[in-house]
Amino acid sequence: MTIVYEKSKGLTDNETHYCPGCTHGIVHKLVAESLVELGILDKAIGVAPVGCSVLAYNYFNCDMHEAAHGRAPAVATGIKRVRPENIVFTYQGDGDLASIGTAEAVHVAHRGEKITTIFINNAIYGMTGGQMAPTTLIGQKATTAPLGRTVEHSGMPLRMSEMLATIDGAAFVERVAVNNPANIRKAKKAIKRAFECQLEGKGFAIVEVLSTCPTNWGKTPNDALTWLEENMIPYYPLGNFRNFEEDK
Amino acid sequence: MAKILMKGNEVIGAAAIEAGCKYFFGYPITPQSELPEYMSRELPKVGGCFLQAESEVSAINMVYGAAGAGKRVMTSTSSPGMALKQEGITYLAGAELPCVICNVMRGGPGLGGIQPSQSDYFQATRGGGNGDYRHIVFAPATIQELADYVMLSFVKADQYRMPVIVLADGMIGQMMEAVEFKTLEELAPGVNLEEKTWATDGTKGNRKPNIINSLFLDPQELEDHNWKLDRRYKVIEDKEVLCETVEVEDADVVVCAYGTTSRVVKNAISEAKSKGLKVGLIRPITLWPFPYDEFKKIGENCKGILVVEMSTGQMIDDVKIANEGRFPIHFNGRVGGMIPTPAAVLEDIEKIAGGRK
Repeated sequence: MTIVYEKSKGLTDNETHYCPGCTHGIVHKLVAESLVELGILDKAIGVAPVGCSVLAYNYFNCDMHEAAHGRAPAVATGIKRVRPENIVFTYQGDGDLASIGTAEAVHVAHRGEKITTIFINNAIYGMTGGQMAPTTLIGQKATTAPLGRTVEHSGMPLRMSEMLATIDGAAFVERVAVNNPANIRKAKKAIKRAFECQLEGKGFAIVEVLSTCPTNWGKTPNDALTWLEENMIPYYPLGNFRNFEEDK
Repeated sequence: MAKILMKGNEVIGAAAIEAGCKYFFGYPITPQSELPEYMSRELPKVGGCFLQAESEVSAINMVYGAAGAGKRVMTSTSSPGMALKQEGITYLAGAELPCVICNVMRGGPGLGGIQPSQSDYFQATRGGGNGDYRHIVFAPATIQELADYVMLSFVKADQYRMPVIVLADGMIGQMMEAVEFKTLEELAPGVNLEEKTWATDGTKGNRKPNIINSLFLDPQELEDHNWKLDRRYKVIEDKEVLCETVEVEDADVVVCAYGTTSRVVKNAISEAKSKGLKVGLIRPITLWPFPYDEFKKIGENCKGILVVEMSTGQMIDDVKIANEGRFPIHFNGRVGGMIPTPAAVLEDIEKIAGGRK
């Protein structure tokens, strides 16, 4: 018998706590596979956020830190500066990175910190039960925007990748989605490049991953994938915003 | 090592490097900015790293990362910045990470002022962030003590796996005195520190992942964790109290003060003695653990305890706990950067000695 597919060694055997249809599982898999394929799992140190992926330290099969809400880039900076030979990454949601941790996210890029950030944008606060995020779309309902988000009250949704791409220290910035197999393959490629960016010492690398939250969006997993494609991608265009290879 | 003349803030940096600390994450704030400036100059020379963070919040979280990765690390700030650092400090306490944090106190509340103060006592001694935790607090009164206790802080932080606070004030930070740097062995003889096998440095494929964490979703696990920390705190309360206690057994008046204020008090006491009064001193060197038992040494003839602080009265609460209602307690406090004068303290001592309340 030949093994043609198996769970990545970059993941532990723990069962995840994610809701059915949540795309965190897919992104975890892509990160884990990238670490294994690049041969850096045994020198990787990850930083988990506060939010749905707060327990990511139970799932990635490498050394992990749990950080305070929004502070993962600062924690990762501390680790990388004292252990530059290790590979350091953060895994953060939109409440963590685009709201409470904007200062840390901007300045980790500003310093060109040689770490890799995986940024999950699902346009909502998942763990706390569906509150509005800075990335919640106009008209999208949330438990703290019960009639739907309006521009007058909360402004326009924040496009973090575009913003971070204006910073010279950000060597690799790409937005991907995990709503279908083709996009998942592109996401994997981007995540791997973001780690290679760190391996080559080019600077800060971030991959924004458009993800679904069927539970708090009030949709079935399949409908959530469709909603992502029809609503999120038009506002958050996929593509590369900054690539260290082009800067050569 | 010969004695040299140095400024307090720079002594903190030199002592840290002497203790093997190679990493400093900080943010400028008066009156401690000479310390990050010193570290930015000196740490690269020893192969270390100084980084100016975007805020005190980030600086303490960088410390959390570096400490979790197993390195000796420190940060420093002054009062408004210390308030910001409390988030990171409670995570450090919860995740059992060693580090050293210096607070060169200035007046508050709010932006307050930039002159010396002792108004962060409650925050320092009660666990200033959320949750049940404590950390050792050293309160040096001289530049020599500043050097000694900064160095000792790194040993105690590693020994007990906790953040240790050095609580100075603007006076200690800004003044110059002669100082001699001792060795760690002289300061903490016989302390054997365990290897940091819990640190994150990559599994290297030969061990299970190490996880630095303060989250326990299961209530029973969190309770167990809290009691585990508490047992450690009890050991520290038992073993790590430091205090200078002078002639309290047959004193008419006992004065209690720490840090800069204790120097003013010593002047007043020596004047009072020259006038024939019997005055004792209790000078806590560790504010947590507080030297409660020292107050039991006060003789029955004491007419009162005078607490002198650069605050509206914070340490006085611990003195009341220690006193157990035995003697009247009096207070002399100056705030906002104003410093108690020996003359005012002497006047209070004379009043208490005269039996007037």
